[in-house]
Amino acid sequence: MEYTEFKSASELIKICKEKRKGVGKIVISNSASDLDTTQKELKAEMKSRITIIRESIQKGLKISKRSKSGLSGGDAKKIDSYAKKSYTKVSKTNPLLGKTLLKAIKYSFAIMEQNARFGRIVALPTAGSAGTVPGALFAAADDLKLSDSKLIDSMFVAGGIGMITGENAMLAGATGGCQAEVGTASAMAAGALTSMRGGSPKQIFDAAAIALKGLLGLVCDPIAGLVECPCVKRNSTAISNSYMASELVLAGVESNVNFDEVLVAMNNVAKLMAPELKETARGGLAISQTGKEVAERLGIGN
Amino acid sequence: MNWSIFDIVGPVMIGPSSSHTSGAVRLGLFARYLIGGLPTKADIYLHGSYAQVYKGHGTDIALVAGLLGHSPDDENAINSLEEAKKLKLQYSFHLTDLGADYHPNTAKFELRRDDEKLEVIGESIGAGNIQIVEINKIRTNCIDGKYRAIIVSQLDKPGIIASVSDILSTKKINIAQMTVSRNGRGKEALSVLNIDNGVSQEIMEAIERVPAVNWAKLLPKLT
Repeated sequence: MEYTEFKSASELIKICKEKRKGVGKIVISNSASDLDTTQKELKAEMKSRITIIRESIQKGLKISKRSKSGLSGGDAKKIDSYAKKSYTKVSKTNPLLGKTLLKAIKYSFAIMEQNARFGRIVALPTAGSAGTVPGALFAAADDLKLSDSKLIDSMFVAGGIGMITGENAMLAGATGGCQAEVGTASAMAAGALTSMRGGSPKQIFDAAAIALKGLLGLVCDPIAGLVECPCVKRNSTAISNSYMASELVLAGVESNVNFDEVLVAMNNVAKLMAPELKETARGGLAISQTGKEVAERLGIGN
Repeated sequence: MNWSIFDIVGPVMIGPSSSHTSGAVRLGLFARYLIGGLPTKADIYLHGSYAQVYKGHGTDIALVAGLLGHSPDDENAINSLEEAKKLKLQYSFHLTDLGADYHPNTAKFELRRDDEKLEVIGESIGAGNIQIVEINKIRTNCIDGKYRAIIVSQLDKPGIIASVSDILSTKKINIAQMTVSRNGRGKEALSVLNIDNGVSQEIMEAIERVPAVNWAKLLPKLT
């Protein structure tokens, strides 16, 4: 396929239209020429990363101890046993959350708990947001009984959304706050979930736009500077948000503001955001009473 | 497009933070390559967010792990501070403010390896990606692990760049990108040559034999 570079969502949508190919296919073929490799090798590398993530989920689900800070650990396991017993009968205590979404959240907790204890993970796009995309996509792939090749394709869709975000905005909490990490991850997941279920390129980026708009302005305020609170649970916020956004576009709802414009808005918000709220642990939850107590107990202070 | 697919779906790394842990290991690793091996002494200055939250993210552990030659996905990296003591790497951390020109995740290394001295400043710019922005107080561009790179420190005078590129062309090594920067006319200059092919030890030695070249180091492509 002839190489056509894209730097923005609108360019990518246009290329998809002209070549009558999906977002995932264009990202794969462009990546193959950028990285001077074959599509087959790229897919194999993606598959091996999926395997590493699955291992981190399995390890994370076994964690039963709290971390040194006491802020995370053992919650993936709790969600797992709750899910196992909760979807069987109809009662007042029945979960309101769909089975797939709760599974996605469980996977995300497992990855983030594994991350917090210095375990091996795949940053996606960052370590602090590593639970969102795989949580959202793996649970959906399980329950929709998708083949590995479909899952791999959707990971390239997610990756393409992340590349465009990195190119036009930012991916580091230290420059953009949490919107740039968990917000981006949520946009990537929303687009990929939409692609997985046959959404058009425009719908994919509308879902990404709706997801990112919902988390615009999210600050990075980790307690004691640790990637635990609020990071672990915020990945679940991002997942729920991505499921919502994908569902909206498949229902025919459109984003008023397109993805490229949302990235411009994210840049603007990042510029206006105080440094205290950009991964410095000097604002927000980091300076809550609990936050201060944890930092003091661990001897982490500024 | 400055970002590749595996910058986004990756790196494979030890938690907890891509900027503060994985990127930090890579900064340490590049500093190690630039001084040519395990330093004997490292004074590490932390700027911005690095200075604020380095303990919680294990940035200190990660930077030292890189200096020891660990990669970001190496689970042994976590014991780096004890390992450094065993290997007689004397390290110390200092909090600093380098000013607004630097990314909030920046580390400055003042390294010694026996008689050799080197100062390196690197930034961790998000999702585990890094760039080396200063070597020996000379601003540098394009050292970001996207290519294999040859870094040459030389005296700023005519003909040296031609000699180096001659060596590469006779060995059929393609230069993808090249930048030269210097502190002032006739002083130390740095060439950054991003290349497409692998480079042998023999080629690096040939470059170091060019008159007025102080040293030449090879940096790997990051995956």
